[in-house]
Amino acid sequence: MNRYLKEKLFLILMKISLYLFLFMVASLFFSIFFKGISYLSFEMVFSKPKKGFYLGGGGGILPSIFGSLVLAFFSTLLAFLVSLPMTIFLNLYSKRKFSNFIRNFIDLLWGIPSIVYGIFGFFIMVYIGLKSSLLAGIITLSFVIFPLILRSLDELLQNIPFTLKEASLSLGLNKFQMGIKVFLKAIAPGVLSSILISFGRAIGDSASILFTAGFSDNFPTSLFSPVSSLPLVVFYLYSSPDKEVSGRAYAASIILIIISILISLISRRIGKRIYGK
Amino acid sequence: MSIGGAKKFFINFYIITPFLLFLIIFFYLFFNSFDFLKEKNLLEILFSSNWKPLKGNFGFFPFWFSTFYVTMLSALIFIPLGLLISIYISEYANKKFKNLLKPFFDVLSAIPSVVFGLWGFTAIVPFVSNFGKIFGIQTSGFSILSASIVLSLMVLPFMISLCISLFEMVPFSLKETVLSLGTTKFEMIEKVLIPECKRGIIASIFLSFGRAIGETMAVMMVVGCTIKIPKTPFDPAYPIPALIANEFGEMMSISSYKGALLFSAFLLNLFVLIFHFLFRRVFLKE
Repeated sequence: MNRYLKEKLFLILMKISLYLFLFMVASLFFSIFFKGISYLSFEMVFSKPKKGFYLGGGGGILPSIFGSLVLAFFSTLLAFLVSLPMTIFLNLYSKRKFSNFIRNFIDLLWGIPSIVYGIFGFFIMVYIGLKSSLLAGIITLSFVIFPLILRSLDELLQNIPFTLKEASLSLGLNKFQMGIKVFLKAIAPGVLSSILISFGRAIGDSASILFTAGFSDNFPTSLFSPVSSLPLVVFYLYSSPDKEVSGRAYAASIILIIISILISLISRRIGKRIYGK
Repeated sequence: MSIGGAKKFFINFYIITPFLLFLIIFFYLFFNSFDFLKEKNLLEILFSSNWKPLKGNFGFFPFWFSTFYVTMLSALIFIPLGLLISIYISEYANKKFKNLLKPFFDVLSAIPSVVFGLWGFTAIVPFVSNFGKIFGIQTSGFSILSASIVLSLMVLPFMISLCISLFEMVPFSLKETVLSLGTTKFEMIEKVLIPECKRGIIASIFLSFGRAIGETMAVMMVVGCTIKIPKTPFDPAYPIPALIANEFGEMMSISSYKGALLFSAFLLNLFVLIFHFLFRRVFLKE
């Protein structure tokens, strides 16, 4: 075949696949948006479900939005608090070989599907005698988030230039001061953006909290009360034969999409400061 | 033990948490399914399709076969699409378009899987049902094909952004030199860019596999969840994650059923591990 013809064919093939992809993405947004927008009202977003909500009664999904945010916030916080000292240790204190050995397992943990974490969280929940509750959901979600946040923090610290380390050591700082005062400050925007990315991931993750967080119509009153979350609302409502009810699943996913896009845009904004343009 | 020693012990214990957590999850799944495996014949469990949990018959064949079928079919979609799109964006597209698309992939990979499932339910399932009619196949649309399309769209942003960063690492002078020899751009891509990034591309494919195989909600909403060995892509299937998500809440009363589900989780974990080791082998081989 003529080589210029080949080039042309290849270009056409690439354009077709790009437009196919863009078309699929557009269809994703539009199909959900058009089906859900008419169900998205003030009452839907800002009120509790009333009696018979799942059969077409009035009310909204505020407890689920609140539940999702609480679940994601505390699980990200927990995972962050555990992983921050760990990354500092891995990058400043331990031997390189040992750090790489641990990093292998962080990668493996990152690969475990969230449904398996769901099972594991369920096992822990039963083991310590909890019922499906906010606390159990937080613990399970933090397992899902933990490798994600640990890995991104680790990558941030690994990319710190060696000269910075050298300079701060030459000023007579000990390792602890260097870790806290120099390194953490240097990667602060990156840390914030990786926290936000993990937060967004935690809001959308549903397979892990399917067995552990339970489901409820009310706001969680304590750590031990069951809590509902947005993805599970979508999951329980979407297949309802009642149009009014299944429409709510679309409305809920519009809210979910808006939240996750917002978080990802903000984290990009913050992350830009460290990586430059 | 002195205070310093205790502190050291505690720090060491804390620092190996990822290692411990992994071992605990792995062995928890392994030992719980081990009890179940003791009673049954492993080959029979893996290759029988007789699934009657209440009677104690556990044939896993339909489940792991479905998992593989869905993953492989989606790979057939996302590998060529991902490669073509990332080559286009990194080599052909102008800078403005490129800068517009990059955050777009980030945003897309942040969208929850339930939303993808819902999209599959409203858009892809009817599409596949109509598409089957063209070939004279009666299908409800809840099928392997729908699940693979949804999965591909989920994995694509991830794979494309990985591949773009790979292609951008190839030094510009190398591309320039080849082009100056009078090759077309396609020849440059075929002879230089792809061979140069071969290992990275394979690694990113394995990584995407690992993501696709464990995906639960989105697949579950479109795959039909019927226990039958799927033949054509238009048949419904029942992958392992969907099995766990559907059945796990109800099995606590029957101990062998619990063992069976934990065994299926173990299988799933094993698949993911295999893909991960393949990824590491390819990626870290010097």
